[in-house]
Amino acid sequence: MKSLDSVFAAYIIGWAVFFVFYLTVAKRTSSLREELERLKSTLNKGK
Amino acid sequence: MWKRASSAAFVVFLVGAAAYASFYIAPDEKTMHVLYRIFYFHAAAAWAGMTAFSICFVANLLYVWRRDEQWDSLAVSCAEVGLAFITVVLITGPIWAKPAWGIYWTWDARLTSTFVLWLLYISYLLLRTLVEEPDRRALLSALFGIFAFIDVPIVFGAIRWWRTQHPAPVIMGGPNSGLDPTMAKVFFFSVLAMHVLMVFLVAERYRLERLRTDLELVRREAEAI
Repeated sequence: MKSLDSVFAAYIIGWAVFFVFYLTVAKRTSSLREELERLKSTLNKGK
Repeated sequence: MWKRASSAAFVVFLVGAAAYASFYIAPDEKTMHVLYRIFYFHAAAAWAGMTAFSICFVANLLYVWRRDEQWDSLAVSCAEVGLAFITVVLITGPIWAKPAWGIYWTWDARLTSTFVLWLLYISYLLLRTLVEEPDRRALLSALFGIFAFIDVPIVFGAIRWWRTQHPAPVIMGGPNSGLDPTMAKVFFFSVLAMHVLMVFLVAERYRLERLRTDLELVRREAEAI
């Protein structure tokens, strides 16, 4: 039974690492996209 | 957007199917019984991580040769994704080791070389944060990335060259190695699922890196005005 707990723990922690990594990439992409849009609109106003 | 959502759904389905196969289709192993099922996740993640570092190595070589920033973007994307996979390997390994060996960790050849690999790619990513000028950053990190890759064949060979705590290889391990045919099918399906997940994450991370490059160009344009 204890072995099964270890198997579940390994799978759940492993998937959590991938999921958190994906979330950080998505979050960084979204904040960069916002900054890019903001800079582009500032540039366009200046022209 | 639709294409990315369907790719993500496909990856989730494939990884879920691999987990189902490793729990319900693969037979029990005679000494470790249910515990050995960590193998399908642990070893498949290790293979996918090594593939990511291999692509990183090729991209670094191509950057040094061609000086095209797309290769630098691919290299950093693969390094970060490879690091996520090796982190999973370094977490799931001790979870498996404790009930199997009675200890979470030992400084054996395979474990130590994998930990060194993790440290090398952490250093690769840290190095990138220390250099501001993009071309210099790309070249320095490409050269360091080529050096860091030296540890990948050492990790591969560690369980073949030195017999320490980690089990001997069951695949490409010589005449006395091998897997039960059902176990082998489930294992290679798990390896495929992990590789598809790795490619998906690299594609997402590459998109981020290209956006960063665009942002740097627009910033320079804004500063010039």
